[in-house]
Amino acid sequence: MVTASARLGSYLDVFDELRKLAFGQDPVWLRLLREDAMALFCESGFPTTRDEDWRFTNLASLAQTTFRRAAIDDAWLSAEEIEPYRLKESACELVFLNGHFSPSLSTMGNLPSGLTVSSLAEGIKKSPERIESHLGRYVDTRRDAFAALNTAMFEDGAEVLIQRRTVVDRPIHILYVSAGSNGPIMTHPRNLIVAEPQSQAAVVEDYVSFGEAAAFSNAVTELVADDDAIISHCMIERENYASSNVSTLRIEQGRGSNVASHSVLLGGGLVRNNVHPVLAGLGAECLINGLFIGGGRQHLDNYMLVEHVSPNGSSRQFYNGILDEQARGVFHGRIIVHKDAQKTDAKQTNRNLLLSDDARIDTKPQLEIHADDVKCTHGATIGQIDEDALFYLRSRGFNEISARRLLLYAFSRECLDRINQAPVRNIVENLIQQRLLDIAQAARFNAATISQEQTAQNLEEVG
Amino acid sequence: MSLLKVKDLHVAVDGHEILKGIDLTINAGEVHSIMGPNGSGKSTLAQVLARRETYTVTSGEILYNGKDLLQMKPEEAACEGIFLAFQYPVEIPGIGNAYFLRSAMNAMRKYRGEDELDAMDFLPFFRERVKLLEMDEALMNRSVNEGFSGGEKKRNEILQMAMLEPKLAILDETDSGLDIDALKVVARGVNAMRGPERSMLVVTHYQRLLDYIVPDFVHVLIDGRIVRSGGPELALELEEKGYGSTEIETRQALPV
Repeated sequence: MVTASARLGSYLDVFDELRKLAFGQDPVWLRLLREDAMALFCESGFPTTRDEDWRFTNLASLAQTTFRRAAIDDAWLSAEEIEPYRLKESACELVFLNGHFSPSLSTMGNLPSGLTVSSLAEGIKKSPERIESHLGRYVDTRRDAFAALNTAMFEDGAEVLIQRRTVVDRPIHILYVSAGSNGPIMTHPRNLIVAEPQSQAAVVEDYVSFGEAAAFSNAVTELVADDDAIISHCMIERENYASSNVSTLRIEQGRGSNVASHSVLLGGGLVRNNVHPVLAGLGAECLINGLFIGGGRQHLDNYMLVEHVSPNGSSRQFYNGILDEQARGVFHGRIIVHKDAQKTDAKQTNRNLLLSDDARIDTKPQLEIHADDVKCTHGATIGQIDEDALFYLRSRGFNEISARRLLLYAFSRECLDRINQAPVRNIVENLIQQRLLDIAQAARFNAATISQEQTAQNLEEVG
Repeated sequence: MSLLKVKDLHVAVDGHEILKGIDLTINAGEVHSIMGPNGSGKSTLAQVLARRETYTVTSGEILYNGKDLLQMKPEEAACEGIFLAFQYPVEIPGIGNAYFLRSAMNAMRKYRGEDELDAMDFLPFFRERVKLLEMDEALMNRSVNEGFSGGEKKRNEILQMAMLEPKLAILDETDSGLDIDALKVVARGVNAMRGPERSMLVVTHYQRLLDYIVPDFVHVLIDGRIVRSGGPELALELEEKGYGSTEIETRQALPV
């Protein structure tokens, strides 16, 4: 415990540093919000595996690392270096370097009317009232230590406002680049996306690293989809294996709104992906779609919490995982149907492929139903590459690596096909293909060591 | 020179011997049929020839086109011209039929050092064969074998064979589960492929298929051994008398 509080001390030091440096310009409400959140974080500290929500993810090494805040001039990247990471056909691109907004690397283009995109820090300066009405209203800093830490320490992020009936047909790309050099750095990106009634847009939140240095990103996105808004959010994690990424997407849905959350976890050493939609309005619809592909010693933890509050809502969760070598995956899917949420239709499916003896998945469905007229189903499967399919492909001339890659791609396709926006789907498809080539090459050698006795397990549950 | 020469082949699965000394020679352009009751080892032989690695070859050798087939991986055997029409074609959700076929053709062309086919070269060739096998072109945009009826799956195997143009086609119980109309379509597809440069090994339980695909030679496989060999009339005899009669006869298999 002494060590733990000493480490928390390093967060207090950074908090003090920020208080002096930056927070002085914050409006009073935000300063209070930060102080409260910091107090909550210090009280709880990092969760341990004794906490049910963190049972499968050990944060000890994260908690024991001293991270420093990156100064704005710590790193510099040229536009050419960023180029390969840009999203073609985007409406605009906000680039953050070690958590700091980079106007020179960002491209704001000609934003369509009705769309406001800016750095959150700037938004707070320019229109504090607009931000105040949403920021911190949705994430639960009491329940979630990382959300508390983010609320206390965030410096910047993206603010996206889509006005009533505005349809943005190209995706908005938010690129977080970590390029640490001088010891492990931490950032606390904070995004606020507000979609007014009947608006439509797609946002991509993308995490990349330059170099092999360790970084800790602790991101929080609050997404408000007002009545009949149609919003797609895609989170792409492709940082290096030394990085830790905890990201929380909190979605607040109004009446008749339709939100799709896509998570694509390919990189990162320790990743925790929290997706928490609250279907507050009548007849809201939510798609929670994810693909996680891990190798080496990657740890990819997906924590889904879907709350149905009003009647006639529908939610669909589909998560597919591919784990190789010593990688570990977690799928925690919790559905809460509150008392008034009659006629809720909630479905959850988690399918996993384990490619080696040492890979591991913990999948845990949890239904909590307080209404009496609802339809909720969940199912999870764990299997291996189908040897019959592999032989079938090879007998048609595919070499072993391309046959494996093709089968893994086919398994990933389901998730890919659910991404409606072509520019987003294309970038994700390319990233998946690259990742699967690595995995297929590695898996060919592992397959030889899988013991004959081990057969595919199939756990299909419907309840 | 013979295309395929199997010499005293012994094969085991999990320590259990299934093939107990097979000798078989197939020359270019010949159609051979292997008949036998269930469990006699017919499918094992077909799978070993396609190089399925779950079977252990304990002794014997297989020469294919003068090369040691037992040294080849499944994809090498395929690229060298061996095609197995599966008894149970595998469903592969997420991979489109047409894409699958074009990729397979290109894998083989690449192996042979030929240029890859683009979609424009591929399509006319593909359409013509889809028509020959009376298949619904809409099926070709669906995933490989996914949601296909039993007959559609078997026809899809023959379509793949027609596209990949093998030197040695092995048909593993392609007739099982086919009604007579589907059987005729499949047989027409197979017969269209017959030629002096292409050999076939038709594995079947029943004589029915051989009414439509008339073999040059028939071999009877019982309990892992070829117990009789003869011409197409042997199939008719088996149809009348059953496999039982063959079993009690002394081994009189003659090398073809």
